[in-house]
Amino acid sequence: MMAATVLAIVVQRNLFSVVVLAGVYSFLMATVLVALDAVDVAMTEASVGAGISTVLLLGALYLCGGEEAKPTPRAWLPLAVTLVIVGALVYGTHGLPAFSDPLAPIHTHVVPRYLGQALAETGVPNVVTAVLASYRGYDTLGETVVVFTAGIGVIALLRRLRRGKKEEE
Amino acid sequence: MRREPVLRVVGKLLIPYMLVFALYVQFHGDFGPGGGFQAGVIAAAAIIFYALIFGLPAARRLVPEWLVETMVAAGAFLYLAVGFAGLALGGNFLDYFVLDRDPVAGQHRGIFWVELGVLITVSGVMLKIFYMFAGRQREG
Repeated sequence: MMAATVLAIVVQRNLFSVVVLAGVYSFLMATVLVALDAVDVAMTEASVGAGISTVLLLGALYLCGGEEAKPTPRAWLPLAVTLVIVGALVYGTHGLPAFSDPLAPIHTHVVPRYLGQALAETGVPNVVTAVLASYRGYDTLGETVVVFTAGIGVIALLRRLRRGKKEEE
Repeated sequence: MRREPVLRVVGKLLIPYMLVFALYVQFHGDFGPGGGFQAGVIAAAAIIFYALIFGLPAARRLVPEWLVETMVAAGAFLYLAVGFAGLALGGNFLDYFVLDRDPVAGQHRGIFWVELGVLITVSGVMLKIFYMFAGRQREG
């Protein structure tokens, strides 16, 4: 079903349906994440990917019109670059440990401590929250600062545009 | 869209529940799925929904620009403040164990404030981006 959605996105020329299909894709991705027991990530995907970004893209469409530009006739170089990158990524997956291998490095490093001790050390039953806010507090601080920087960047860019227009008039 | 009675009624019915659900996701994040990022997005989505139905000026009256811009900075500041509170009380940066006499309670308190900071920044940034895009005129 996800493959069908992606094909539809690629084939569609109308950007409005592309945006809606991207939202559909996000929801399908969220169900996949629920099936993988990653409920926190699924929730983020559903709310950010399918909700907010769809609204923002629709707002952008309202500003710049709904039809895709005519594709350039021959795009062999981008195709070749894409194929090489896909080949390298697929080759790279052979080096990964097998799916749900209990001896994979990720399961033997700090995960046992997180899973075993998180409740006793932090008193928070949801391990995701414990790791996110406590053990990996620095990383979450970094993420918050990234979001903050994005907001500041948008403010700076669009404010300047508005002022520039006033000066032209 | 301001004249659509169905949308207005459904919006009035749903928006309070969306805001309450955002708070639930925020404060229940310790026990179930959820946390600051998700709750911030849901709260921002409720306001954006309001703006879509009742128009941007009404939303700007409800949540004014200066408040949104303050939220963008205040959340990140709150997060940093928790980190420095740990320093001031004799621990490391972002060390929650020193925030209370009982280390586990201190962890709880630290996570609570940090998640609150994330909520404020995320919803502020989302709203700000939406206001900025929606406030522009169509070119040409």
